Amino acid sequence: MSELHEEKLRELEEKAIEIRQLIIKTLLEAGSGHSAGPLGMTDIFCAFYFHILNHDPKKPDWPERDRLVLSNGHICPVQYVTMALAGYFPIEELKTLRKIDSRLQGHPHRTALPGLETTSGPLGEGISQAIGMALAAKLDKKDYRIYVLTSDGEHQEGNTWEAAMFAGKNKIDNLVQVMDRNNIQIDGFTENVMPLEPLREKYLAFNWEVIDIDGNNIREFVEAVGKAQAIHEKPTIIIAHTTPGKGVSFMENDYKWHGSPPNEEEAKTALHELRTLQGKIVSEHE
Amino acid sequence: MLNPALKLNQKIFDKNVEVVPTRKGYGDALEKLGEVNPNIVVLCADLTDSTQCAKFAEKFPERFIECGVAEQNMAAIAAGLGVSGKIPFISSYATFSPGKNWETIRTTIVYNQSNVKIAGHHSGIVTGPDGATHQATEDIASVRAWPLIKIVIPCDSNEAFRATEASVDIEGPIYLRFTRDKTPVITTDKTPFDINHAQIYWLGKNPQATIFGTGHLLYYALVAASELEREKIDVDVVNVATIKPIDEVTIVSSAEKSGAVVTVEDHQITGGLGSAIAEVLSRNKPLPMEYIGLQDTFAESGKPAELIKKYKMDDEAIIEAVKKVIKRK
Repeated sequence: MSELHEEKLRELEEKAIEIRQLIIKTLLEAGSGHSAGPLGMTDIFCAFYFHILNHDPKKPDWPERDRLVLSNGHICPVQYVTMALAGYFPIEELKTLRKIDSRLQGHPHRTALPGLETTSGPLGEGISQAIGMALAAKLDKKDYRIYVLTSDGEHQEGNTWEAAMFAGKNKIDNLVQVMDRNNIQIDGFTENVMPLEPLREKYLAFNWEVIDIDGNNIREFVEAVGKAQAIHEKPTIIIAHTTPGKGVSFMENDYKWHGSPPNEEEAKTALHELRTLQGKIVSEHE
Repeated sequence: MLNPALKLNQKIFDKNVEVVPTRKGYGDALEKLGEVNPNIVVLCADLTDSTQCAKFAEKFPERFIECGVAEQNMAAIAAGLGVSGKIPFISSYATFSPGKNWETIRTTIVYNQSNVKIAGHHSGIVTGPDGATHQATEDIASVRAWPLIKIVIPCDSNEAFRATEASVDIEGPIYLRFTRDKTPVITTDKTPFDINHAQIYWLGKNPQATIFGTGHLLYYALVAASELEREKIDVDVVNVATIKPIDEVTIVSSAEKSGAVVTVEDHQITGGLGSAIAEVLSRNKPLPMEYIGLQDTFAESGKPAELIKKYKMDDEAIIEAVKKVIKRK
């Protein structure tokens, strides 16, 4: 991973706004899907695909590529949009999300779309699959890295902790987990539905390195990944504290947006807000 | 008579016929595969000895992955290995894998088309004294409903060895079903194994019924056939080792010839071999059928032979079913 210069950082921040706009447009077109998670995780996806990952969108099966495993598959709109912008498939294809005959399934399906590493949606299964890839890399003496993105809510699944226990015991140090700590899940706030805290202490007890960051700060995230790459004999978790619905005021921190898409009016307001962020206020009637 | 072309064990009807658990064939095959194929990886969930992984674990420790008592984690780790060029075998009791981790396997292995081989051990009521909690009797039904998977149920330890070996040559997920108890060796080293085709193990001169069997109970089907021959009732006995995809051609032609069918399996009669045969025949040539298997009940603790008798899966029960089905023609 190269150093993150100021100029590149600004470029990534601009790109993140573009991704958020495309997420809103894509969700509006799809008519169903999740809003809050994708917007909250946009900065991290942007940093992965445009700075961190060693990958080639034109060769999605390149054996030496870094693996990005999305465990909480329901936030796939952000992955699809970022992949399209990175050149994995035409941006136009985003309009097919959740529709018949599409490669963009409502939850990601590996064999449908080149560039996806797993099939996901049912929660709690991503870390284990990432461990499998990490073990294969070690057996083959390859130095590609495996990143797995998880949600906080899926830490209520037993499988998540089975995987955490295994990775700690086996010192899977070519694996980095990034948890989207946005505090919401379908039924409400995580600490009301089923408390997860203290997450940091839990992971430390499972022999993981733990780094807490602001998940909507690209520089902080990139630096955390750099730190994680230097850690040996342990897996690392980056607990990314994100704002669900980030960038759209009426979606931010409201769990009602976990599993809903915007309607036309809401999308218009959202896009207006995002364009303001970009400093490019244009007519809503364009 | 035993089909001479298949070179089956001629001592099968002897009182002291050799008995070996099918799981041993699995363990022996893993050991051999480990030598010849560096991509074979074996995962286990705290049942290394009883699922016969110990020899592989000892010889290839770097390729043996102990997951502890965590079947979901085992399945999904294997899924990750399987999409990364490895050929993982996951080994546990079938009630736990593919039982407890059913959805994990569905999503991460089957739908995801990861090249994982699922070994379900301790299947059927012949698991015996451990009781119904450990006797997998719905696993075929729950796995058979999945698209994109193959299912092989070896009838003895030789076939278990061959099926395990053959599974490596098939890209994609496969379910292999094994038993704990020592069961009669039906085949020999010279018996051809064909993962794609059902094979006629017993040829009746003028068959009045066809017995389709799978797994270790095939032995009782053969014993029944030989006893029926003495009563001048000819039957064919077909070994349906591969339940999915099922060999429609052999099944339809054999059933058509005799005009009546009995299915035999150590599994619930719902959703397993019997259902699979009924699906084939109802589409092609509906015929009277009788089902040997667990009749919509859980079994219990006991010696395997006692359980087979009590739950009516032995030669006596099969003979009765054959006579009944012939009357229904």
